[in-house]
Amino acid sequence: MPVYSEKVMEHFMNPRNVGEIENADGVGEVGNPVCGDMMTFYIKVDNNHISDVKYKTFGCGAAIAVSSMVSEMAKGKTLEEAKKITPALVAKELEGLPKNKYHCSNLGAQALNKAIDNYLKKQSKTAKSQKGGKK
Amino acid sequence: MREVYLDYAATTPVLPEVLEAMLPYFKDAYGNAQSLHNWGDKAREAVEEGRGKVADLIGGEPEEIIFTASGTESNNFAIKGLAMAQQAKGKHIVVSAIEHFSVLHSAKTLEKWGFELTEVPVDKYGLVDPDKVVQSLRKDTILVSIMHANNEVGTIQPIKEIARVVKKTGALFHTDAVATAGVIPVDVKELGVDALSLAANQFYGPKGVGALWLKKGARIIPFLDGGVQEWGKRAGTENVPAIVGLGKAAELAKADMKSRIQRFSALRDKLIAGLPSRIEHVTVTGHHTRRLPGNASFCVEFIEGEAMLMLLNHQGIAVSSGSACTSRALKASHVLIAMGIPHEVAQGSLLFSFGLANTEEDVEYVLEAMPPIVDRLRQMSPLYAKFLKGQKGGRK
Repeated sequence: MPVYSEKVMEHFMNPRNVGEIENADGVGEVGNPVCGDMMTFYIKVDNNHISDVKYKTFGCGAAIAVSSMVSEMAKGKTLEEAKKITPALVAKELEGLPKNKYHCSNLGAQALNKAIDNYLKKQSKTAKSQKGGKK
Repeated sequence: MREVYLDYAATTPVLPEVLEAMLPYFKDAYGNAQSLHNWGDKAREAVEEGRGKVADLIGGEPEEIIFTASGTESNNFAIKGLAMAQQAKGKHIVVSAIEHFSVLHSAKTLEKWGFELTEVPVDKYGLVDPDKVVQSLRKDTILVSIMHANNEVGTIQPIKEIARVVKKTGALFHTDAVATAGVIPVDVKELGVDALSLAANQFYGPKGVGALWLKKGARIIPFLDGGVQEWGKRAGTENVPAIVGLGKAAELAKADMKSRIQRFSALRDKLIAGLPSRIEHVTVTGHHTRRLPGNASFCVEFIEGEAMLMLLNHQGIAVSSGSACTSRALKASHVLIAMGIPHEVAQGSLLFSFGLANTEEDVEYVLEAMPPIVDRLRQMSPLYAKFLKGQKGGRK
């Protein structure tokens, strides 16, 4: 077995928040199967808070545990708070990741970030088009 | 919990008879085989007896056997030692794209030392085409190394045919027989090779001991300099207990080979037939008939090997994978990639390898354990979700 912490193993065996959100407010996809890991994060945003978060992950045990941990960390946070979730924080919460697996942890925070950016982009578009409509 | 070891390709246990044979050489007959007293004589006799048994396993002469510390050392020794000894004749070497890293990386080291390297491709079954080897040969080709069988996908190469064409050019031909020696019949004369590597821990001998068979008259540069052990070709105090273990394992392998092949093939075929019929989008990797008896290798699409390996381990089942995540280098198996398998499919590689302790019940246990594991990981796979959406879209 790879040298994983108990926390990683626990999240890998019982991953939280797995799935997709239909009509998600933001979607972020990172990685590619060539390098071995791929994650898609879905978020629902309510009053600037992440009210729901789900994901789908293709990858190793660490990638799955990271996705699960990121989803737990993000839930309920404001967008600004959620954007502050870094790979290092995720690894810390998971009680460490093997050195050569560290890139997986990068991926989770990155995917969440992308989903938030995706939401913000959509928002500004709607705002613009609303403004445009008023003219 | 049931425990099923299906990773015999990684290593085998030491048989009780082998361990029995080894034990006296740790404690009682502990002499140095080079010493000129009774203790030395005892050790020397044991080493020579081991040498005879290894020679017997592969149809060679005892004086053609050089003991090493592993299959990896044998391969390093053969590739570097033979190339260095022949470099006055030329500097071109040829290997297949699916060699074990101990051959491939040795060849790449030679490249850094000024040799030229050609990698012969394989087809989708992992088979080397002798014609492709012919095309790669040059006037200055001094060494060709093609493995007898691949450890990951089990494909057995047409070594005899390849050796025949290589011989015509005067180049030396080495085969890495680590996956085959002691497993299927290996006869150096019939194969027509000049050098052959083997390792004890592939056929119920101890780890840390292997051998290089080197045809009489073939010149090689010693890999380890020092004393006169192994005719000065491989210095270092003989690992007497390990050599005794290798010899005993070779003797037992030869005697028991036919029945082992029958048993392992039956288990392999049951899994190869059973898994793709129970799980969709599972492909068998390697060749259908030219295949190691204990090798059942697959690619399970849309999911990753390490995750499967961990969930299987949780059920007491030990296997290997060639996925990027399971390798320290984080690269998918070069063997699967050379066979033209796309990266994302290679990520789902699983290797089950059978051995003496396995039964039909083990296969049934795996066949029951696998579908829920695959299902669970596919449910969370974005690739699988995309595939399903694509299918729906296609149907419209």
